[in-house]
Amino acid sequence: MPGRFNVKKRLGDRANILPKIPKETEVNSVEEILPEASIPAHEPEHDQKHEKEHNSKQKPHSPAWERVLLARHIERPRTLDFIQALCDEFVELHGDRRYGDDAALVGGLARFEGRTVMVLGHQKGRNTKENILRNFGMPRAEGYRKALRLMEHAAKFKLPLLTFIDTPGAYPGKESEERGMSLAIAENLLELCRLPVPVIALVTGEGGSGGALAIGVADRMLMLENSIYSVASPEASATILWRDASQAPAAAEAMKITAPDLHKFGIIDAVIPEPPGGGHTDRPSLMITVREFLLRHLAELEQDYIGRGVEGIRAMLDARYEKYRKIGHWAELSNSKDN
Amino acid sequence: MKELFKRTAKPGEAEANATEQAKTEHNGPLPKFTWNQGSGAADAGSPPAKVSESKKPAKLAKIPDNLWTRCPACKELIYTKELENNKKVCQKCNHHFRLKARERINLLVDEGSFEEINSNLISADPLDFVSLTEPPYPQKMAEVRQKTGLNEAVITGFGQLQGLPLGLVVCDFSFQGGSMGGVFGEKLVRLVEEAIRRRCPVLTVSASGGARMHEGLFSLMQMAKTTAAINRLGEAGLPHISLLTDPCTGGVFASYASVADIIMAEPGAFIGFAGPRIIEQITKQKLPTGFNTAEFLLEHGMVDRVIPRKELASTLEILLRLYGVASAQIANQKEASYAR
Ligand SMILES: [Zn+2]
Repeated sequence: MPGRFNVKKRLGDRANILPKIPKETEVNSVEEILPEASIPAHEPEHDQKHEKEHNSKQKPHSPAWERVLLARHIERPRTLDFIQALCDEFVELHGDRRYGDDAALVGGLARFEGRTVMVLGHQKGRNTKENILRNFGMPRAEGYRKALRLMEHAAKFKLPLLTFIDTPGAYPGKESEERGMSLAIAENLLELCRLPVPVIALVTGEGGSGGALAIGVADRMLMLENSIYSVASPEASATILWRDASQAPAAAEAMKITAPDLHKFGIIDAVIPEPPGGGHTDRPSLMITVREFLLRHLAELEQDYIGRGVEGIRAMLDARYEKYRKIGHWAELSNSKDN
Repeated sequence: MKELFKRTAKPGEAEANATEQAKTEHNGPLPKFTWNQGSGAADAGSPPAKVSESKKPAKLAKIPDNLWTRCPACKELIYTKELENNKKVCQKCNHHFRLKARERINLLVDEGSFEEINSNLISADPLDFVSLTEPPYPQKMAEVRQKTGLNEAVITGFGQLQGLPLGLVVCDFSFQGGSMGGVFGEKLVRLVEEAIRRRCPVLTVSASGGARMHEGLFSLMQMAKTTAAINRLGEAGLPHISLLTDPCTGGVFASYASVADIIMAEPGAFIGFAGPRIIEQITKQKLPTGFNTAEFLLEHGMVDRVIPRKELASTLEILLRLYGVASAQIANQKEASYAR
């Protein structure tokens, strides 16, 4: 498939630029990461080839890397598959009413378990043609502005927001810069911090950096068992940390990007189990489990906060603030120079 | 414009070099004003010094490093004292040299008014990070602290600008690329929460490559955490002014630094979501010169102003006064209506 040709070409280019990366970018995240993250989802066949090429360097058995491959599996359900399976009705809404319509980020009104909800998600393709249309699930600024419009829409009509996260990252192209990608992402973060409706985010595949977080600040943060969520893709992390993209499996381990790890850290609220072999092997049973989890968390939020009027909304937003407020670790120097 | 700065200096010392001013302004540890000095300086080996040393022709080798600085933009040699007196802006080509956090603070706030908070926070190792090539993360950070004389990539505190109170969050790019991890996020949030208690506007000065890799998703989540704090500042009716400086990319530019009531950028600063090399890789297009600079952002409507360093303090002062009048009026009105 031509899609794989693309992947190889980009990997080759990346290899060429490795020695030129200046020291000061060593810690950089998105500057280096997103671009790397934006390498199209590895199709399984390609990964095998790629692994052969770098076989000598790669650890043979990496549980985290196996999850990376499952998270990127070409057969893995996409956002529209989830919406179709979980919702009774769905009307997709297009465009940001500013510039264009981004097919890499979809959304619209839907009915979930009897209630109207707003759904949003990154949309990857399943073949080359779809992936070109969907830009491999990498939204541009207009995609995030469409998301913002639909968030505001949800707030206006008091609709819970369900988001499905599956992106290598926001698209780091020329047009992204011209149209203010960073501002678009930041404005979505801000909107989600104050959105007066319950928000549940579910990482279904790849949670790639700021492009994932831009629809992922939520009251409840869920991950499928074989999804990943990372500050940078494993390839980008390996490039930044060790200047060697072929060390991606080692980076996948070191960066602690799997659902069980992140659950242990308290960053995510629940891990949704998948059928043996991955969600794609038994889609109906996966969807039953996902529906149960989403319903339970949504019902809890509704019970705790909704129906208590302004006071309930305030309590929900306070809880959301505290949820993120406490993320992070630090130590204190006792012999402080000042203070 | 110049009078503004003179007012902050002691009589007769208006043109004194910045290092001397710094010594008189601060008790305790001296701010690091020494990046162009040779070995022995607290931060010897920082990237700018290396660059200027390596580019210096052999025939100039005898000139002491701290006397002359080569402008990376126009390649002219500048008398270092002159450069520092000019707020580290090249007088020949207007190139704005990068400032360390303490230099920035000292240039901006009234002498002796800066009160740093939470300076004792240092990074933990939440991932128990295993590197293939580097020493363990805590050890690496200890080395960076030693080298830079800083405890983290951001300094937070309160100061006064012509007597007007201001909360400050200032990145230092020399500390691990100004990267945002757990300590960065926590310090910013604590500053903002304290600013809300004090009813004080906040200025953030950003210079960062993005998220701190070694703290993984904890670092990414700082984007949400810091933005949430800025949201609360706004709900309290207090302005957030964001100054983007060279370079500013990634997770910092895509979070708190971009949710500001006023966004300004220093001339020539590289500011972008991604770096130019990466965009060229992705698009296979050669980018035009000036792409992702402060001026580029202004042209595309993404920032309010490109602000020369020498105009920053006076512009901020005007803005604070404009907000101060407005917010005082609103506050009075609110109090009056709530009293009923
Ligand atoms: Zn110059």
